[in-house]
Amino acid sequence: MGILDFLRSKPKNTANLARERLRIIVAQERSTRGGPDYLPLLRSELLEVIRKYVHVDPDAVNVNLESDSGHDVLELSVALPESEDDNA
Amino acid sequence: MTEILVVTSGKGGVGKTTTSASLATGLAQLGKKVAVIDFDVGLRNLDLIMGCERRVVYDFVNVIQGEATLKQALIRDKRLDNLYVLAASQTRDKDALTQEGVEKVLKGLEEDKFDYVVCDSPAGIEKGAHLAMYFADQAVVVVNPEVSSVRDSDRILGLLASKTRHAENGSGEVAQHLLLSRYNPVRVAAGEMLSVQDVEEILGISVVGVIPESEQVLAASNAGVPVILDNESLAGQAYQDTVARILGEERPLRFLDVQRKGLLKRMFGG
Ligand SMILES: Nc1ncnc2c1ncn2[C@@H]1O[C@H](COP(=O)(O)OP(=O)(O)O)[C@@H](O)[C@H]1O
Ligand SMILES: [Mg+2]
Repeated sequence: MGILDFLRSKPKNTANLARERLRIIVAQERSTRGGPDYLPLLRSELLEVIRKYVHVDPDAVNVNLESDSGHDVLELSVALPESEDDNA
Repeated sequence: MTEILVVTSGKGGVGKTTTSASLATGLAQLGKKVAVIDFDVGLRNLDLIMGCERRVVYDFVNVIQGEATLKQALIRDKRLDNLYVLAASQTRDKDALTQEGVEKVLKGLEEDKFDYVVCDSPAGIEKGAHLAMYFADQAVVVVNPEVSSVRDSDRILGLLASKTRHAENGSGEVAQHLLLSRYNPVRVAAGEMLSVQDVEEILGISVVGVIPESEQVLAASNAGVPVILDNESLAGQAYQDTVARILGEERPLRFLDVQRKGLLKRMFGG
């Protein structure tokens, strides 16, 4: 457990971290792309409101803009934590 | 038909100018008539990388504003006589580039029967970068295996699909090529750097080439010789493969694995 462990654990796989972070942010930015400029702000304000009631991850709120035969539909989905029932 | 190819990225310093110079030179080596244009108004650099900085008399903006003809402003490469450079203006006026002006120059190059026009984009997503990509038929998006570069290139891919002439006129799509540059297989193997597969997976598109991180790139820019002309260098060879792939040839990716020799050289400075 001493110094050897410390040395061994030094080269952390930070590439994995980068990959996971990019996956999330790229997916998020794609979902609001091409929509109005206020979408990202709308998303984060919604997140704030939702967090007053339930504790969710920052990437649990998904905002999607779909164009459907002439009009735009704003799709909103919130992934609630699994243990929500027990907490309530 | 003149193919307009933009080299773009969003982020600065990822290797756009290095790539523009090498792709333009590589296409010319294969017999194509090529012009390479520096769109970085105020920050002229391509002339240095191409080694023609002392022969710049007129620039891109001079042609747009009618102060010089295209013929006067195009600098013929010393090594390849079917390769020409159009330098960026040093003006601080960012409005010197206009869509009509750029279109006029591109039309002129088409009349002069150029096969390829390579547009070296400035960094960012502002006017210069927008105009560099606007008329493109093909795009090479240069990305480094690093978080901010990958994120920016995803933005650029989005812009290419929506904010270009082809997208606006519904006249087809801009062909997208992802070029992963400054790749270091040793660091990838150590889990310190995103791999080719990681980048392809995150962006959802496969690479047209992988350019290794190479000391020869600096040497080439010091000398004003595009690195693709250095047949010994891995970066030069990787650029040659990339040019062939852009022209439709299938070639396997090279230089993705850790090379023992390279590592020893690194350690013992050989
Ligand atoms: N494959 C590479 N290996 C090592 N250094 C590189 C490589 N590609 C580019 N560089 C260096 O990175 C720096 C930025 O390159 P440049 O082509 O000017 O980028 P950009 O035009 O995107 O700002 C330069 O110093 C260049 O020499
Ligand atoms: Mg540049």
